[in-house]
Amino acid sequence: MKLYDVTDLAIRNLRESIFRNSLTTIGISVGVASLVAMLSLGIGLQQLASRRLEKSGLFDTVVATSRRDLRNFREQREEGPPPAESRSLDEAARQQIAHIPGVVEAYPDIRFVTDLRFDGKPHLTMVAGIPFSAKNNNDAFDGMQGSFFSSDASPEVIVQRSFAEELLAITPKPGSDNTSIAELAKPLLGKELTMRYAERTSSPSLGQNDSAAYSVVSRQQVLKIVGLTDLDPDSMRGMARARVFLPLKLAQNLHVMPSNLRDASASDSPSYTSLSVRVTNPNQVPAVEDAIKKLGFNAFSIVDATRSMRQFFAVLDGFLAIFGSLALAVASIGIVNTLVMAILERRREIGIMKALGASDADVRGLFFAEAGAMGLVGGAVGVTLGWAIGRLINFGTNIYLERQHFPSAQIWSVPLWLVLGAIAFSIVVSLISGLYPASRAARLDPVQALRYE
Amino acid sequence: MEISGPNSVAVRTENVCRHYQMGEALVRAVDGISIDIRAGEFVALLGASGSGKSSLLNLVAGLDRPTSGAVIVHGTDLAALSRDQLAKYRLHTVGMVFQSFNLIPSMSLLENVELPMRFAEVDRRDRSALARQSLERVGLSGRLSHRPMELSGGEQQRASLARALINRPKLLLADEPTGNLDSRTGTEIMELIHSFNQSLGMTVLMVTHEQTLAEKYAGRMLHLADGKLVDDKANKIELEPVRPPASRGETQ
Repeated sequence: MKLYDVTDLAIRNLRESIFRNSLTTIGISVGVASLVAMLSLGIGLQQLASRRLEKSGLFDTVVATSRRDLRNFREQREEGPPPAESRSLDEAARQQIAHIPGVVEAYPDIRFVTDLRFDGKPHLTMVAGIPFSAKNNNDAFDGMQGSFFSSDASPEVIVQRSFAEELLAITPKPGSDNTSIAELAKPLLGKELTMRYAERTSSPSLGQNDSAAYSVVSRQQVLKIVGLTDLDPDSMRGMARARVFLPLKLAQNLHVMPSNLRDASASDSPSYTSLSVRVTNPNQVPAVEDAIKKLGFNAFSIVDATRSMRQFFAVLDGFLAIFGSLALAVASIGIVNTLVMAILERRREIGIMKALGASDADVRGLFFAEAGAMGLVGGAVGVTLGWAIGRLINFGTNIYLERQHFPSAQIWSVPLWLVLGAIAFSIVVSLISGLYPASRAARLDPVQALRYE
Repeated sequence: MEISGPNSVAVRTENVCRHYQMGEALVRAVDGISIDIRAGEFVALLGASGSGKSSLLNLVAGLDRPTSGAVIVHGTDLAALSRDQLAKYRLHTVGMVFQSFNLIPSMSLLENVELPMRFAEVDRRDRSALARQSLERVGLSGRLSHRPMELSGGEQQRASLARALINRPKLLLADEPTGNLDSRTGTEIMELIHSFNQSLGMTVLMVTHEQTLAEKYAGRMLHLADGKLVDDKANKIELEPVRPPASRGETQ
């Protein structure tokens, strides 16, 4: 029998007992829906987490340091020249690193501890330069109060929550709700901070040739508070985390005397303590890391953490898929039941078809097609249903998040492969369920079947 | 034995047996029957119920396999065929008509007649015309879209005849075709079968218990009792009956 005829007869048969077949199909739909809903939440959560982590700068950043820096002695197993002879991390090196394939930008890491005055009171904290590109790439600036820097060198600052609390002399009480970021922003945005710092200038009186000769001048810079961020844009730095952020160019132009004297007595051209190297995609981190090491610098990243995160989500998705599939397994028993009932009911019809010349394969194909059609329709309805359930959960979660003053999040995602995969899975499960009834129908003895009334 | 030509053997059974196990008892439904039926013959199988005539018909139809012996149709031993080949044999060589018509109730007459063409993979565009032709031939051209239950018994049997003939079989097997019909309608059906036998030269093997109908239409009558052939006689013959292979001594 040709495929058209098999399909045509199967659909005709399904329509004949429409009520029972609809119930079976609804069973499959519910199974597929639970599978899709579970997986769409798993995938959505995974995407949310990786989006957050990627934007946090944790996983797409490699930190490059010079091997001369003795603080990195733990990396000394690396091949290459001994520390004292290795290259310094200067502007030429920065440009070379910036040209490694996969690197988006390489910018010097400028951070120093300094004194900031607000309302006449001094506050000592770590200040860091932030590249202008962080506006879009760093998640911490997504939900911030105020605005990002107006330009790469404007005398503006963005203040982190804990420093804002310090400025306003607010001590968060343990256990109680934090003051909302909007309330903190109100008295601070537009206000000025006076930063006092030590500028390193080369000292002409001691001779141009001696690079180690410099003088330190005390300076101050007035900075306008333009933004307030709740999250920590600098989370990668651990103990050296900054709480006040300047535009990177501005920070570079200030020539602040490094807090560590070793860095100060470096070399002829200005060299950087470390470079932050941002790559296009976390997958490229190991390759870029290797390339930087080949250039003669130390490099490190936290890419291993993404690997374990992916592993966690693979396990989570696996569990969700198993729970989702359980419903589909129950539904598949429904298919077996429906088709076995159909054999009993259509025993005579099968006998007639065989007497007319239908082969075993024709009969088997017919029952297979019926199972497959129920799988296809059940799968399609189920995907729609699962999509709706996922949306509903997403909607509910976002209402909850809003009440808790969290930014809304997309915790649910139905990619195309899930839609197609779920329908295909539903058809496959249905066909497997049809295996036994179909072969039973095919083996039916026509003489007995025709005798059956 | 001639394989082809007007006097060739269409159906030959050689000491064919079909035994069933019914609990403790062994039922000898067909018990060593040897017959030769020539191409174009109209043969009636007569006997009381339980005499084994339907069982013999099922063996010739390829719906059942003999316990022993051989059934040879147009030179092919059915016992040697696989399940698939047997299905092909039923599809192309045999047309069957039953006492209870056996039309599929959910299909219209046209669809019922088209069904064997689906199995034979006849081109979809040709089917409808062929089915109409076949239904016209049995006088049902006005009933194409009716479902079987909307028709009289006679009409249903005509439709089932149209269906049996759709794949141009060489052999028409009829199992009590008039058993569910009144005598007038039964006669009409017999006239139709007789005309196909005459005009198409189709070999007909018909199970019946109505002696008068058999005498009127069949060229040869085989009487069965307890699974054995008890009488084989010609009847107002147009064609000479082939003598059963009596030398083998299976018949009584």
